[in-house]
Amino acid sequence: MKEVELNTTTINFGPQHPAAHGVLRLVVELEGEVVQRAEPHIGLLHRGTEKLIEYKTYLQAVPYFDRLDYVSPMCQEHAFALATENLLGINVPERAKYIRVIFAEITRILNHLLNIPAYAADIGAVTPFLWCFEEREKLLEFHEAVSGARFHAAYFRPGGVHQDMPEGMEEKLFEHFKTLPKFIDDLESLLTNNRILRQRSVDIGIISKSEAIEWGCSGPVLRSAGVAWDLRRSQPYDAYDQVDFEVPVGKKGDCFDRYLVRIEEMRQSIIIINQCLNKIKPGPISIEDNKITPPKRNQMKKSMEALIHHFKLFTEGYRVPAGQVYSAVEAPKGEFGVYLVSDGSSKPYRCKIRAPGFAHLQTLDHLSKGHLMADIAAILGSLDIVFGEIDR
Amino acid sequence: MIKFLTKIDGINNVLENNNLLEIEFEKNNIIKIFNELRENTELNFNQLLDITAVDYPSREFRFDLIYILQSLTKNKKIILKTFIKENENIESITNIHKSADWYERECYDLFGIEFINHPDLRRIMTDYNFEGYPLRKDFPLTGHTEVRYDDLEKKVVYEPVKLTQEFRNFDSESPWEGMENKLFGDEKTTGEN
Repeated sequence: MKEVELNTTTINFGPQHPAAHGVLRLVVELEGEVVQRAEPHIGLLHRGTEKLIEYKTYLQAVPYFDRLDYVSPMCQEHAFALATENLLGINVPERAKYIRVIFAEITRILNHLLNIPAYAADIGAVTPFLWCFEEREKLLEFHEAVSGARFHAAYFRPGGVHQDMPEGMEEKLFEHFKTLPKFIDDLESLLTNNRILRQRSVDIGIISKSEAIEWGCSGPVLRSAGVAWDLRRSQPYDAYDQVDFEVPVGKKGDCFDRYLVRIEEMRQSIIIINQCLNKIKPGPISIEDNKITPPKRNQMKKSMEALIHHFKLFTEGYRVPAGQVYSAVEAPKGEFGVYLVSDGSSKPYRCKIRAPGFAHLQTLDHLSKGHLMADIAAILGSLDIVFGEIDR
Repeated sequence: MIKFLTKIDGINNVLENNNLLEIEFEKNNIIKIFNELRENTELNFNQLLDITAVDYPSREFRFDLIYILQSLTKNKKIILKTFIKENENIESITNIHKSADWYERECYDLFGIEFINHPDLRRIMTDYNFEGYPLRKDFPLTGHTEVRYDDLEKKVVYEPVKLTQEFRNFDSESPWEGMENKLFGDEKTTGEN
């Protein structure tokens, strides 16, 4: 019999490719159009965040977290704030906890409102992108109202939040989240039963329960595989133990399940926000220890003590007792963790950031094996890859 | 749970701290320990969350190597820690936890810790042909090289870092803070004046 030599083609996908969701260089080995091996080359957006944080005080480190996963900024500040508070041994006031939960959930909706249409755009739908961006803009206005910034908020700070919500904000939020479920229904009417979306995503990139755990997956990727695991439920932080919500899980763990899980998570987020709005009461929004949180501006005009505190906080910062801690939050993409080591000075000795996307991208080779080249775009989109957090 | 953990060979010290278990272990027993942690039904640490290191240049055992594990069934997280010297290496755990692959690569890239029997130990975060280990404390924050696009050569070129202003690292730490004892008059510092 004649020997046949199989020829594989190696191609470069990215680093400048619209479906790569950033700067991903993917070396793909193809046989015909079937993927044999997909090897991600990451690090093109590596900025050395962890190194930079070692040279900054704890407060100065907060904005770096916005810039990791730049579509869900507040959830990452949350992890850092929790880690620092844990080392300091402080407990934030009730109102701050609720504000944090409300904005963490708004951030989750924001993230999914970007991921879902971006994913849909990757596999052929254009309209959801336009719809969702309008809706995102409305939510970003809430971000802007509390923090002054649409994206890089630096709002969750160790000790509480930066400032209270402006007057009337609670009613505005309440009104807005009355209309949002209708929008999600509309969005679903475009996508869920869409033939093209289903053809491109059902049974694509299947990950099994045990594989998802083994590969370190978390968040919607893990839940789509059927593992009911949500840090908000299993290891509640801040006010998550005060609210009631459901954790959606998938059955198959394919791209379509991941999409459905995200849609349902948005609905659950709205439910959480509404409960928080009902329970939130007036009160302090950060701990009233001026050794950690800055004094009010009008206090500084009158009190020398306050002026000194302010000066010390923004030059030296506060000292954090020596120790190590790992704090994780359920970020929209999965478990976002901060491993913080303090040597007792006012700067972190080491701050390791555990990005969920890093673990998810690692599975790409496994998920795309045997699929067509075009499916890589669908798989990447459904994993919710953002390079800010992966490359750090 | 602590009872089962201390029984494992090679685990030295179990410390409960902030609802988090911190464990020190012998690096020679790493494979056995991680297998046991995963397979023992009372522990079932089935997910590896992260591998990282902390650099202490003045110590003989320069690096703290940190493994963060999670048990989804027992709803528990643990931090495992071992100490290694600068030119020492450690057994890779990619055969036990698949996700260790990239974590170990990252650790190798940023700290220069080598993992034996890792299937593909290459740099992951830094640039192609990068030299040095950026997260070591003796690596300067500004790095050694910078890149720019050279219009004559029509390509990106690497040059040694030139700082227009000297790198400044202010030490704003007050020598007075951290005093534990109260001084006369300290009671006046609280409350508005």
